Amino acid sequence: MPLSRLKATRRDALRLLAGLPLLAAAGPASALSTLTFDELYGKISVLGLEFSEKVKTLSGQEVSIRGFMAPPLKAEAAFFVLTEIPMSICPFCSSDADWPDNIIVVYLDEKQTFVQPSQAIDVRGVLEYGSWTDPETGFVSLLRLREADYASV
Amino acid sequence: MRMFLAALAATTILAGAAEAATVYPLDRATILAGSPFDFKVEFKSVVKPEDVKITVNGQDYKTVLGKEAEFVAEEKGKEDKILGSALIARGLSIPAEGAYKIEVTAGSETKTVTWDVYNTSSTPKAKNIIFILGDGLSVAHRTGARIMSKGMTEGKANGRLNMDDLEHMAFVGTSSTEAIATDSANTMSAYMTGHKTAVNALGVYGDRTPDSLDDPRVETIAEALRRQTKKSIGIVSTAEIEDATPAAVVAHTRKRADKEQIVGMMLDVKPDVILGGGSAYFLSKETPGSKRKDDKDYIKLYKDAGYTLATDKAELQTATGTNTGKILGLFHTGNMDVALDREFLKKGTVEKFPNQPGLVEMTKVALGELSKNEEGFFLMVEGASIDKMSHPLDWDRALVETIELDHVVGIAREFAKTHPDTLIVVTGDHTHGVSIIGTVDDEKPGTEMREKVGIYAEAGFPNYTDENKDGYPDKIDVSRRLFLAANNGPDHYETFRPKMDGPFVPAIQNEKKEYVANEAYKDVPGAVFVQGNIPKSGDSAVHAVDDVVLQSTGPGSEGFKGYMEESDIYRVLADAFALGTAQTN
Repeated sequence: MPLSRLKATRRDALRLLAGLPLLAAAGPASALSTLTFDELYGKISVLGLEFSEKVKTLSGQEVSIRGFMAPPLKAEAAFFVLTEIPMSICPFCSSDADWPDNIIVVYLDEKQTFVQPSQAIDVRGVLEYGSWTDPETGFVSLLRLREADYASV
Repeated sequence: MRMFLAALAATTILAGAAEAATVYPLDRATILAGSPFDFKVEFKSVVKPEDVKITVNGQDYKTVLGKEAEFVAEEKGKEDKILGSALIARGLSIPAEGAYKIEVTAGSETKTVTWDVYNTSSTPKAKNIIFILGDGLSVAHRTGARIMSKGMTEGKANGRLNMDDLEHMAFVGTSSTEAIATDSANTMSAYMTGHKTAVNALGVYGDRTPDSLDDPRVETIAEALRRQTKKSIGIVSTAEIEDATPAAVVAHTRKRADKEQIVGMMLDVKPDVILGGGSAYFLSKETPGSKRKDDKDYIKLYKDAGYTLATDKAELQTATGTNTGKILGLFHTGNMDVALDREFLKKGTVEKFPNQPGLVEMTKVALGELSKNEEGFFLMVEGASIDKMSHPLDWDRALVETIELDHVVGIAREFAKTHPDTLIVVTGDHTHGVSIIGTVDDEKPGTEMREKVGIYAEAGFPNYTDENKDGYPDKIDVSRRLFLAANNGPDHYETFRPKMDGPFVPAIQNEKKEYVANEAYKDVPGAVFVQGNIPKSGDSAVHAVDDVVLQSTGPGSEGFKGYMEESDIYRVLADAFALGTAQTN
């Protein structure tokens, strides 16, 4: 496990408050379900995508996904976009650039330093699916990781 | 002499200071007689309505333009900044041709512009127009497509492209109203309306207010066709169908990125055949894969309007037999895959969308449907990815796209043989800064790829083959291939090889939002680092300001000659169809 995973997150702090020993929390975390970009959709068609059974099953659970961090909307943004490959366009900078279909919006549990876009990262967080509009920015997402943190691969 | 020049300069500056107001349409606008347009005056300061005086050819403007303009006391910019007063009148038209001098004064602000209102011949020269647009089509693409597709022996081409034999030609100036540089929105908008406009704008002049949907409108060719004729309209593209080029046939927005709204604008005009990509903007936001921000289901709305939907090759063939009169073909959620990936390498997103039709197939279907109308048709076909592959410096894909576009020209010429009343126009909308400088020859000695670039006599001739005579090279990664180089771009690695694993991604963005060379190509044997020469905020190579070459054949094509502004092209199209005259009876 990368070193940064060992730092106490707010989640861990909450577990402490709840009287759960940290070791017990680390147990399920190490058996974390992983999800890949190939596994997000069960069906891809012109008339829409369908979430895979795996996404539906893992919804509400903590999962780990490997991808690349697109440069954020702004430095203090509450979220960043996780992509399958490093972004060669900047939809946040140019309204003509479109995001790929298979992006995941990541809401961090607490602020972390941004990494280079060519650096693969493992993100873990609670999986959520369905259309949702970020109240602050109006950014519409279909897949999210909440209470998330990440580490470089 | 020096004193005279200084005096002249002083006069010019003074005149400039007095002429502060802006009038839309702009000075030297060319306007089709009878076509609706919005008239707007923007004052730099807040003025009193009683101080505003506007005359047209010396008469009160209301007499000539037939409408009173609405006075806006204060136009607001971002953060409610007061921009000044304005006058706006929507949907005016001028029935008689001639020069119209508009003089505006209000306090110290004055502005004089002159419009050229033109009419067309009263009888059409052509029944049909096929307007074939290679997005970004530059001279290097044509030369490269010819060499790659036909080969060359002892300095003479072994064959000719279909576009090589169109007899009328013009050099076309593509600049926008705000800069010498240009994009696919304002360029296609100039072709499709006869008015030049600003970068990113479609069917409007770009005004100063932040709202992208309130800008002064001009009539599009599709609207003119609906107003004056019973002709059918077809729009075919390999891009998202709401992308700038296809959108310009129908749309009015200051921002080409208003793709959600453009889908609705297209439905307002109801082109008879619509084929391309971009279904994501037709899907309600609740549907995964949607890029809409509302819950409108445009698939349903188009079907309700009588369209037969096709989502792949097979459904497109079925749709042609249904005779409903209207076909909406959407074959990808985004831009369709390029011919090299679709037909040969099976890369890009071909695995996700395996049954996309090509541009040739789509054009054949469109011609079959549209030619059922006795009144004739206007068909716009866009080869979108010549541009979309030139931006990321993927020259092999861009050249194969050009070959595909040339096959479309072949289909159009074939159609014109049996329908000689068809005007065919083949052109680009803007150019790219690219040239063919020689070859790359793997057989040259050494390991350094740069030393394998053949220049001058050492270039020799490429060794592409076309055994099956389909016009495409049997293999793209031959040992002696064309070497194309861009004159601009972001930092990147030049690999001197075709990108066999999918389209080239030259640069990616770092956390400072600067584009840096994509390290994924660093370790390709022989790759060299190429320092960028555009701002670091630029993600890929940019459009060139160079003229476009337009070629044409058929009735009316003699109107294309010499140097023309992009907006002048519309006048030739309007004249071929006699759009100044109602033909709806």
